Amino acid sequence: MKHIDEYRDRDLVDKLVKGIHAISKKEVVLMEVCGGHTWAIQKFGIPSLMPPTVKLISGPGCPVCVTDRRFLDHAVALSRLPGVVITTYGDLIRVPGSSSSLNEEKSRGADVRIVYSVLDALKIAKENPSKKVVFLGVGFETTTPPSAAGLINAMKENLKNFFLLSSHKVMPPAMSALIDEGVAINGYIAPGHVSVITGTSIYEPIPRSYSVGCVVSGFEPVDILQSIYMLVKQFENNDFKVEIQYKRAVTPEGNVKAREAINEVFRARDDWWRGLGTLPLSGLGVNDKYADFDAEKMIPVEIEETKEDKGCICGLILKGLKKPNDCKLFGTACTSSNPVGACMVSHEGACNAYYRFNR
Amino acid sequence: MEKNVLLGHGSGGKLSHDLIKKIFVAYFDNEILRQQTDSALLKVEKTTIAFTTDSYVVDPIFFPGGNIGKLAVCGTVNDLAVSGAVPKYISAGFIIEEGFPLSDLETIVKTMADEAKKAGVVIVTGDTKVVNRGQCDKLFINTAGVGVVDDKNQEIAAGKNIGAGDRIIVNGSIADHGMTIMASRNFGNFKTDIHSDCASLNAMIHDVLDAGCRVKFMRDATRGGLATVLCELAESTGNGLVIDEKAVVVKENVRGMCELLGFDPFYVANEGKLVMVVAAEDAEKAVGIMQKHPEGKQSSIIGQLVSDHPGKAILLTEIGGKRIIDMLAGEQLPRIC
Repeated sequence: MKHIDEYRDRDLVDKLVKGIHAISKKEVVLMEVCGGHTWAIQKFGIPSLMPPTVKLISGPGCPVCVTDRRFLDHAVALSRLPGVVITTYGDLIRVPGSSSSLNEEKSRGADVRIVYSVLDALKIAKENPSKKVVFLGVGFETTTPPSAAGLINAMKENLKNFFLLSSHKVMPPAMSALIDEGVAINGYIAPGHVSVITGTSIYEPIPRSYSVGCVVSGFEPVDILQSIYMLVKQFENNDFKVEIQYKRAVTPEGNVKAREAINEVFRARDDWWRGLGTLPLSGLGVNDKYADFDAEKMIPVEIEETKEDKGCICGLILKGLKKPNDCKLFGTACTSSNPVGACMVSHEGACNAYYRFNR
Repeated sequence: MEKNVLLGHGSGGKLSHDLIKKIFVAYFDNEILRQQTDSALLKVEKTTIAFTTDSYVVDPIFFPGGNIGKLAVCGTVNDLAVSGAVPKYISAGFIIEEGFPLSDLETIVKTMADEAKKAGVVIVTGDTKVVNRGQCDKLFINTAGVGVVDDKNQEIAAGKNIGAGDRIIVNGSIADHGMTIMASRNFGNFKTDIHSDCASLNAMIHDVLDAGCRVKFMRDATRGGLATVLCELAESTGNGLVIDEKAVVVKENVRGMCELLGFDPFYVANEGKLVMVVAAEDAEKAVGIMQKHPEGKQSSIIGQLVSDHPGKAILLTEIGGKRIIDMLAGEQLPRIC
């Protein structure tokens, strides 16, 4: 298949793997912070191709995994209100909240619908004028512009029954916070799709302040292996910088229009990350101009008290301090069919990817 | 366990397995059921009979490559045939929603008659129920099937004789049916020319058995896809499996749609594909015979059983890496059969 096969070429893969084996002398720890990378690394069995010196760990890259449990409790509470339709990307419906999940609520009769795009949610709103349609906005710079476009369209079309419950987050504060917290990383496999929007200047402080390399990577095996090669090379040469491997999609300046849409609709606010706690200005709430579409303001609802699971070490896993199989719940109390922690839910989550591909 | 039944309980993956184990097998428990084979093998005097049942709730009921009726006959025939049986008789129960067009019903029943004739089975009994509008979705079909198992084929259903070195064969491209259903539900506004692989496999299977190939296990890879069958095979027999991703056929258009929607074709349903475990020396011969049938043109050996990593299925990825194949956790696709 064009645009895929060339990036899964066995000869090219072999060359890159040999190259990594040849240049890697010292132990090096590389972290991916994008769920798409986590999934691809496990799906293609990339860890099995690495020399013993190269350690790959997963960071907080899966939007579902870092989402506050309170956000889920909020969504569950909304789903219980009469006349409310919850529209969401699929993964979120299985994430356990404090006492229920959207999947459970759906089986009890709540109107929860999986959509592939915010445009589908808008369509549902238009077709059901008597219902309140809430779209659950999760994710980073990749999913934020579509949510923004959704609200811009809703305002243009004067829709009165479309709302966003935002848990959107921005990635750079988390990448700095991880290093500040003492997670020993030598290089970041930097998120490809986030960077399509943001450009690469957001990563510049990381090599400068922390001596940690950043290579913006694509999602196919050849992309990831080439990025690993570039990061190992930076590390061995003690020459840390921001580089773009994913040149077919990412430019240093990013997508200006998409960022304008984000700025039009959202305002930065402090936000809570699973495992990292509250990070200043790391989240995006709906701004005053679009307040009429903000589910937080427009649909008041009582939310149950947040309860976290005991024994779940999702937080440490998201920080890369522990591997999924270090958790005593992993594979026993917490499995992909019955997840305890959020990292086990999404196929992009570190625990889920480990459970499926690497147990 | 969950408090209510979730859609994932019907996925054929892990949740389904838990439900069957914790509720159905727990209460219905008996030696025959415990085998959990596609068909139950029953001794009636000197004859061994294979007996199976299945229900069909696919949405939409008409799709490229077939309809719910064809699915019902093929599915039942295949459940018998992969158990080593010669399919003989089928029953058909119809649960119909008030208001369903009679012309559609006639089309579906005619398809069933045609497919039954083709597969050499007779539909000998049936039942009709009509429910109020909204109490079922258009039309559901339940079937039962009976077949006769030759003495030499009695161990196939449970796969008791499989062991290291045996080869694993699949009769062509995977994920066609599931992605056809997704496309016909207009999921993601796709326009494709994908067709369901829905087909009766008994003629092909019997040619392989009649040629004396030592077939040790068969299962049709329906809900839960190829991955689920491979996991079940590894887990239930305690053998290790090694699968070569490159040898598994996925059509270009199906692969493209899977890539876009984030589906793994290994977990997507088929309705005309089976996993066959054959003694190493007979594997090429079996593939040759299967390739002569329209349902097996692209048959290939996709892997083998090994003595390493017992109970686990390992995939050699297309780039040369290694990882395990696990069972589907929740639902990947809605109502596909």
